[in-house]
Amino acid sequence: MFDKESVGRLKAARSKWQQGADKIPAGKTCKAYADCTTSSGIDVKLLYTPEDVGEMDYMRDLGFPGEYPYTRGSQATMYRGRLWTMRQYAGFATVEESNRRYKYLLNQGQTGLSIAFDLPTQLGMDADHPLSEGEVGKVGVSVSSLADLEVLFDGIPLDQVSTSMTINAPAAVLMAMYIALARRKGISADKLNGTIQNDVLKEYSARGTYIYPPAPSMRIINDIFAYCSKEVPNWNTISISGYHMREAGCTAVQEVAFTLADGIAYVEAAVKAGLDVDSFATRVSFFFNAHNNLLEEVAKFRAARRMWARIMKERFHAQNPKSLMLRFHTQTAGCTLTSQQPDNNVVRVTLQALAAVLGGTQSLHTNSRDEAVSLPSEDSVRIALRTQQIIGYESGVADTVDPLAGSYFVESMTDDIEEEALKYIAKIDELGGAVKAIERGFIQKEIQNSSYQYQLEIESGKKVIVGVNKFQIQDKPAKNLMRIDSALYEKRHKELAAMKGRRDATKVEAALAQVKAVAGSDANLMPAIIDAVDAYATLGEVCDVLRSVFGEYQPDASF
Amino acid sequence: MDVKLGVLAGDTRAVARAITWVENGDPRGAEVIRGVYGSTGRAYIVGVTGSPGAGKSTLVSRLAALLAARGQKVGILAVDPSSPFSGGAILGDRVRMFDVALTRDVYIRSMATRGSLGGLNRATRMAARILDAAGFDWIFVETVGAGQSEVDVHDVAYTTAVVMAPGMGDDIQAMKAGIMEIGDLFIINKADRDGADRTATQVESVLQLSMTTGWNPPVLKVSAEQNTGIESVVDTIERHRTHLVASGKLDALKIRMAKLDVLEILKARLADTMKQQLDQPAVQAELEKVASKQSDPYSLADIIFEESWRNT
Amino acid sequence: MEQKIRVLVAKPGLDGHDRGAKVLARAFMDAGMEVIYTGIRRTPEQIAEVAVQEDVDVVALSCLSGAHNTLFPKVVDLLRGKGADDILIMGGGVIPEDDISFLKQHGISEVFGPGTPLATCVNYIRSHVKKEA
Repeated sequence: MFDKESVGRLKAARSKWQQGADKIPAGKTCKAYADCTTSSGIDVKLLYTPEDVGEMDYMRDLGFPGEYPYTRGSQATMYRGRLWTMRQYAGFATVEESNRRYKYLLNQGQTGLSIAFDLPTQLGMDADHPLSEGEVGKVGVSVSSLADLEVLFDGIPLDQVSTSMTINAPAAVLMAMYIALARRKGISADKLNGTIQNDVLKEYSARGTYIYPPAPSMRIINDIFAYCSKEVPNWNTISISGYHMREAGCTAVQEVAFTLADGIAYVEAAVKAGLDVDSFATRVSFFFNAHNNLLEEVAKFRAARRMWARIMKERFHAQNPKSLMLRFHTQTAGCTLTSQQPDNNVVRVTLQALAAVLGGTQSLHTNSRDEAVSLPSEDSVRIALRTQQIIGYESGVADTVDPLAGSYFVESMTDDIEEEALKYIAKIDELGGAVKAIERGFIQKEIQNSSYQYQLEIESGKKVIVGVNKFQIQDKPAKNLMRIDSALYEKRHKELAAMKGRRDATKVEAALAQVKAVAGSDANLMPAIIDAVDAYATLGEVCDVLRSVFGEYQPDASF
Repeated sequence: MDVKLGVLAGDTRAVARAITWVENGDPRGAEVIRGVYGSTGRAYIVGVTGSPGAGKSTLVSRLAALLAARGQKVGILAVDPSSPFSGGAILGDRVRMFDVALTRDVYIRSMATRGSLGGLNRATRMAARILDAAGFDWIFVETVGAGQSEVDVHDVAYTTAVVMAPGMGDDIQAMKAGIMEIGDLFIINKADRDGADRTATQVESVLQLSMTTGWNPPVLKVSAEQNTGIESVVDTIERHRTHLVASGKLDALKIRMAKLDVLEILKARLADTMKQQLDQPAVQAELEKVASKQSDPYSLADIIFEESWRNT
Repeated sequence: MEQKIRVLVAKPGLDGHDRGAKVLARAFMDAGMEVIYTGIRRTPEQIAEVAVQEDVDVVALSCLSGAHNTLFPKVVDLLRGKGADDILIMGGGVIPEDDISFLKQHGISEVFGPGTPLATCVNYIRSHVKKEA
C-alpha cells in the first residue's frame, strides 16, 4: 500500500514519537500500555500507522466494491443504490396473530418478512405432539401443515415480498409448503424470493435443533439445492450461519472460521453429489452476528467476504462472480442484551447495527431491548426497527461505500482475522472437514471454551458489562411483557384434529408412502414432499417418515 | 427411609443413597453393606474399558436396552474423571445413555474417580455389591477410558470387554502392555467406518501372541450407534460366563473378589489410621526431623506403623 | 468422610441453547462439585428419574424457550412423587419477573436470570443444600 521508503521513514519517526510518549514517571505504570485484546484474543495496539498495512496490495486485497475479492462490498453501489433489507425476525403464537404482526411490520416500512417458528415446528413435530406441551407458539409461530401456512400468509402477496424462514432440519418440508401455497395462489415458483436457513451443521455445533444424522441431513440439503436451482431460481437455498455459534459463545475469529468451514462442507457435498458449483453457489447466503466490539465486527465482515471469494475461486474454481460473493444477513447479538437496565440495550443494538452496516450487510435484524427476559413487545420492536431507519436515513454512513476502508486499524484487523480464521480452517481440514470436526466435538469444545472464558472475564471484572458488573442500579421489574398463552397447545390440538378430518386420508397415505420410497432411493426428495404437503400431510408426519428411514442424531456430551 | 431394607427391596432411592454413602466413606454405608452382603453374589458383573471416543457409553446403553427387553434388571456404574484441581467433575456419560434412562429395570449411576488412578472410583466395588443385593441381574462397570493404566476393572468384573474404534490402531501397540491382557472379548465399535477390518486384524494378531488358558478372546465388530452386533456381544459374554462356570474359574474368581473386597476395606482403614497418626501433635517434631534430614522417611514410617499396630 | 455436592444440570423442553447450562456445569465443577449434565431436550420424567438415580443434592433447570411455567413445576411434582423432596431445585433462563413468584410457589427454590454471576449460583447451592445429619 505504501512504498518501502516512506514506511521506513515512518518507522523512524514513529519510534521517536514512541520514546516521547513512553516517558512515564518512574515507579508508575501506564494503563495505556496494558494488554488490550479483542474478543478473539487479537492484540490491539495503541496506535496504527501505514506500517501496519505496508504489505497490503490494494487491487489484490481490497479491489472495488462488486468486484473480486469483494472486501469492499458485494455490490458496486451498495447502499447508495438501495438500503439493506430491514428484516425483523418475528412470529409467535398462532398463525392468525403472526399474520397480523407481519402486516403491521410491512405497513411500518419493513421490506422483507422473517418467519420465526416455534420449537416443535423447528424439530419437525406437530403441535399436538406430547413433547410440544408448553412449547407451542412460544419462540415463534406454530405451523404443522399447509392449512396453517395458508392463514399465515393470508393477504400477503408472495410474489412481492421476500420471505426468510428460520428453519433447518425440516427446511425441505417448509420450503415444499411455501411452493405448494404459491402454486395454489397461481404464482409460479420462479417468482418467489426468499431464504431458508437450511444450515444443519451449526445445529449440531451450537443451536441444537437437529433431527437426522449428518449424512442424510446433507443429502436433504443437496436435494433442495438441486431442485431449487431449477424450479425456484431466486430463492436463497441456504443461509450458512455463524450467528448461533457466536451466541453460543465463540469469538469473532471462530465465527468466521466455523461458518466458512461449514460453507466449504456444503459446497463439497453438493459438488460430490454431482452438482455444478455455479448452479447452486450463487444462491448460497450467510448469516452473521453483530457483537459489541464495533471495529472488530466491521473487520470481521470484510474479512469473511474476502475469504469466501478466495475459497470459492481457488478451492472450488467457481466461475460465476455471484458464486464468489458472500452475501449476508446480520442480526445483532442477543447474548449481549441484559435484563438489567434493559433500555441500555437500545444503545447496544445501535452500535451493533452500525457495525453490520459499516461491514456491508445485505439485510439486518435489530433485537428489541426486552429480549433478555421475554418475547419483544410491539413498542420494543418498533424502536428496534427505527434504529435501523435512523442509521439508514439520518447517520450518513450509508452515503458512501465501505467508509472505513483504508483505516490502518480496520485494514490491519481485517488481515488479522483472516489469518487467524485460516488457521482454524486448516485445522478443520486436517480433521477431515467440518462434519468430522463436529462429530469429534472439536467445534463444540472450542465454542464452549471461549464462552467459559468470556464468562470468567465478566466475573473477574476484566470485561465490563455496563449495568451488570459495573454501574449497577436496583432495577424495577420489567412491565408490559409479551406473553404467550399456554392453552395454545389444546387449541392447536383441536385445529389439527379438524384439519385431519377434512383431508383425503388415502391420498395422504399414498403421498407419505411415496416420500418413504424416495427417501430410500437416490431420487430427489422435493417433488414427493411437495405432493405430500399439498395433500395436507403434516410436518410431523413427513418428518416421521424420514426419521424411520434416516434415524435420529445422537449427540455427544462435550465439555 | 430404611436404606438397607430399601436396597433389598430394589428401591431406586435407597440404592442411590447407599451408593452415596459408600462413595463418601460414610459409616452408614458400611452398615448397609454388612446388612445386605448375604444377598449378593447373584449378579453378573461385566467391565467395559477402552480408549476415550471408542463409544463405550453408547455400547453399554445398547447392551442394557437389549437385556432389559429380555426381562433382565441392569445396573450401570459409569466412571468419569474428577478434576485434579478442584476435585469436582462433569459426568457426561449419561448424555449417551438417555435412550435407556427411563427404561424400567435399568439403573445408571455416574461416579467420579475422586483421586483414584486405575479408571474406577474406590467405591465402585461396593457400589456393585449394593446393586447386586438390590436384585440386578447384570452390572456393567464402565471405566474412565483414559488408556493403558485402566486395569482395575479386571478386579471388579467377571468378564472384561475392551472397546476400540477404527483408526485407533496405533493405540493397540501402546495398549499391549496392560489392557490387551485383561480383555475377555474385544469389541471394534463404529464398525461401519473405514478401517474397522484393519483394526480387528491388528487386535487379532496381537492376541495370537498371548497365552491362552481355555478361552480365546473373540474380536467382535459392532456399531453401537446403528445398534448392530449388540446381540453378538451379549452372546459372547454369556459364553464366557458359561466357560468360567464350567471350568470352575468363576468360583476361584469369587474368592478373589472376596479377598479384594476385604483388601479394599483394609486399605481404606489403614490409610485412615495412618493419616490420623501422622496428624498427631507428637509426630510433628519427628516430621521436622525428616524435613531437616536428621531422620529419614522409612525410619519414621516404621515407628508409626508399629505404634498404630500396638494400638489396634 | 468426604461429602461432595452432586448437581444435576438439566435442560427440559425443546430449546437447544445450552451455553448457560454448560457454563454453569463448568463453574460447578470448578467449585468442587460433581455435575451430571443431561444434554438438551429432556422430559420432566427423565430429569426426575435421573435425579433420583444419581442421588443428587441439587437439580438446576435451564430453559430458554418460555416453557418454564409448564415444565419446571412438573419436575418438582415428579420428584415429590418419588419421595425425593430433599432435593434443592433451582431454575434459570429467559424468565420474566412475573413468573418468578409463580415458580417459587411451585417448589422452585430460586430463579436466576441472565447476567447472574456464577459465584451467586455456586454460593446459593453451598448455603442451601440440605445435608443430612
